[in-house]
Amino acid sequence: MKNRLKILRAERDWTQAQLAAELDVSRQTINAIEKGKFDPSLPLAFKVARLFDLSIEDIFEYPAEP
Amino acid sequence: MSKTTTDSTQWAASCRTRSLRLLGWSAAWVASMALATFGPRLFWDYATVPTLLGVLINLAIGFAMILANRQYLRGQDELQQKIFLDAAALTLGVGLVCGLGYELLEDIRLIAFEPEISHLVFLMCLTFLAGIVAGHRKYR
Repeated sequence: MKNRLKILRAERDWTQAQLAAELDVSRQTINAIEKGKFDPSLPLAFKVARLFDLSIEDIFEYPAEP
Repeated sequence: MSKTTTDSTQWAASCRTRSLRLLGWSAAWVASMALATFGPRLFWDYATVPTLLGVLINLAIGFAMILANRQYLRGQDELQQKIFLDAAALTLGVGLVCGLGYELLEDIRLIAFEPEISHLVFLMCLTFLAGIVAGHRKYR
């Protein structure tokens, strides 16, 4: 699953650690999500969306069926 | 950013607290296991009451350690839980397959000695450790 987390974070000039602190997760988790290695759960995706004041679809993109 | 700009948060602090609590209970469990194992021979000459007491204390501390472990796991974030769960699943599989296989070796007389449970525990510890390290490397 693709996402714009890194871009959104950079736009606000936040570090991964700062974002992790806001979301109550580890910095490793933020890094793994940004790199697309780990897909967040729905509650965490909502938390991210609320933090950036966007919808989940604005941040996360599920690849279309072939 | 509303909550904090430092790396240390309340969540991280409570994670550290839970880790230390688990460490404390684990250390207490190991100590109580040593007392229950060596106490009868070294301190009270296999007297029934202190021996039974040693075993009961060991069991009680063991259950407290299990609860501390559950609390520790529930306090982790979802990626850390996934890494833990993957390592635990691997450990369970290795423990079951190798444990039964090891016991079979004696039954079919491929080894002359009696299999020790401590060998299996050691293997499971190493497997869990390898699983945790592999998980952290995968999501690095």
